[in-house]
Amino acid sequence: MKSTASFSKIAYLKAKIKGDEIFRLVSAFFALTTLLIVVLMVYELTRGSWLSLQKFGLGFITGTTWDPVFTLNFGALPLILGTLTTSAIALAISVPISIGIGLLLSEYISKRLEFFVSFIVELLAAIPSVVYGLWGIFVLIPFLRNNVYPYIQAVLGSLPLFSGPIYGGGVLTAGIVLAIMIIPIISSVSREVFSAVPLSQREAIISLGATKWETCKIVMSYAKSGVIGAITLGLGRAIGETMAVTMLIGNKFKVLPSSLFDAWYTMAAIIANEFTEATSDIYVSALINVGLTLFLISLMVNVIARLIVWRTLRLVKGVSRG
Amino acid sequence: MMDNYRIRKIKDRLMRILLWSSLIIAMIPLFSILLDVFINGARAINIDFFLLPTPTVGEKGGIANAIQGTLITLGLASIIGVPIGIMSGIFLSEYHDSKLSQPVRFINDVLSGFPSIVVGIFGYVLIASVIGFSVIAAAFSLAIIMIPIVTRTTEESLRMVPVAIREAALALGIRRWKTIIFIVLKGGRKGIVTGVLLALARIAGESAPVLVTMGYWRWWFSGLNRPASNLALNIYLFAISPFENWRTLAWGSALFLILMILGISILIRVLTRGKYE
Repeated sequence: MKSTASFSKIAYLKAKIKGDEIFRLVSAFFALTTLLIVVLMVYELTRGSWLSLQKFGLGFITGTTWDPVFTLNFGALPLILGTLTTSAIALAISVPISIGIGLLLSEYISKRLEFFVSFIVELLAAIPSVVYGLWGIFVLIPFLRNNVYPYIQAVLGSLPLFSGPIYGGGVLTAGIVLAIMIIPIISSVSREVFSAVPLSQREAIISLGATKWETCKIVMSYAKSGVIGAITLGLGRAIGETMAVTMLIGNKFKVLPSSLFDAWYTMAAIIANEFTEATSDIYVSALINVGLTLFLISLMVNVIARLIVWRTLRLVKGVSRG
Repeated sequence: MMDNYRIRKIKDRLMRILLWSSLIIAMIPLFSILLDVFINGARAINIDFFLLPTPTVGEKGGIANAIQGTLITLGLASIIGVPIGIMSGIFLSEYHDSKLSQPVRFINDVLSGFPSIVVGIFGYVLIASVIGFSVIAAAFSLAIIMIPIVTRTTEESLRMVPVAIREAALALGIRRWKTIIFIVLKGGRKGIVTGVLLALARIAGESAPVLVTMGYWRWWFSGLNRPASNLALNIYLFAISPFENWRTLAWGSALFLILMILGISILIRVLTRGKYE
């Protein structure tokens, strides 16, 4: 080696490798910025909510007052409950529909039609949140108030959940719009998971004389954990959704709403609605603290969801290869 | 035996109907939204709509200042977000054997699922609380939303460039970094453009992060360190206002925004058509 390569050649090779090394480091640096952003986010959100954290501590999460005018006492429990309730309603409505669409796309529809349908589902995902809100205010609310809610109340009015005055906007309306908004993500991820189920599974059950639906059941049970991942991803979306909810939920801070037709608040909605009007430092800090809480909850949900989806896709694909 | 078979068959039919109806149920709101936006939005659109800035109550006006402000904000966001996204996409695709690539990919996925309002609050604490509500703070937040989208599509499109092309370039003695920039990137060009467009379509419709970093601005653009008007945010402002002319503008802005996003997604379809055929 030493004898064959002249000095200039080695220098040339070194220079060459240096250029490559620099490029590799530069691109690695850029790739690490996302990591940096997440770390910085935790730091900055904590810094911004420091005043609130010092004053209320963990009591912020369990507190049930929100008084920016007189006592300057802040607690976020009703907001957390509001976020969880609207998300739960959204999941209850959207999960069966989305799994249906996922199955349809992976098991029933031809490739050509699938292309068209997935375009439509993508379109649904591309409509901005604020347009859902606009449509909700001027189209959905009047429709639900006049044509749907009175009937629900006539049938289920004896339950406390469905009693009380109907305003149009409120917890249920926000949940319905959230459901519409998270159908695309749940259905596209579950389609992906269903499509990843190996063909041999289907062939085996079909050869036993199963109907199409029975085949679908096998596919679903095979892809169960992936579907759970898809649902968790949808939950993550619903938890963080802001503008449409702010425009439709009525924005009233109360510990519990009187019914599903009543106005309430969510974590994201209170930030959007009150942030630009917040005057005192502690008020701003409390709102950022709500943001930090929302961040931590959605971080947890997202990490769990991604881990599940990743694991299943790898597991399913691994089996199909073997 | 025969009865059992008939029951199974009926069940099968029933489920087929249920599955199709789930698709139809999901499509009803979509068509309702598109229809209402088109009908109500068309009423708002005239020459003034494109040439005049936000009006005061009862006067004639348009969304010219919002279009200007949105373009400037999106432009600045792209200047920050696109290079970072493309470079990390290159890293994930070309150095995928690196120990870093798996965690980076995971963080990217997680980052793309973060609530945009939280990203907005981050922009507020880091920038807006120091220099005030401004285009810079809004663009910074929107750039963070862009990065995971651009990164992911860049990685995917570069991976579709055959390894043989890289090997051929290296065999000719071309350095690796030059191979990546001049040959691999060129091959994945379409995919990268798609990713940038996808990210632009996404942030054009974002209003929550804009609200907490820039706030409302009813006038023309007057500097990067001050707020600018924003289309998506205007829809919110106009929709919850009690003024008739503002509500009309809300529908008009929604139509404009949806046409813009629709145009971008059709462009994306055209660009990626080769992939599916």
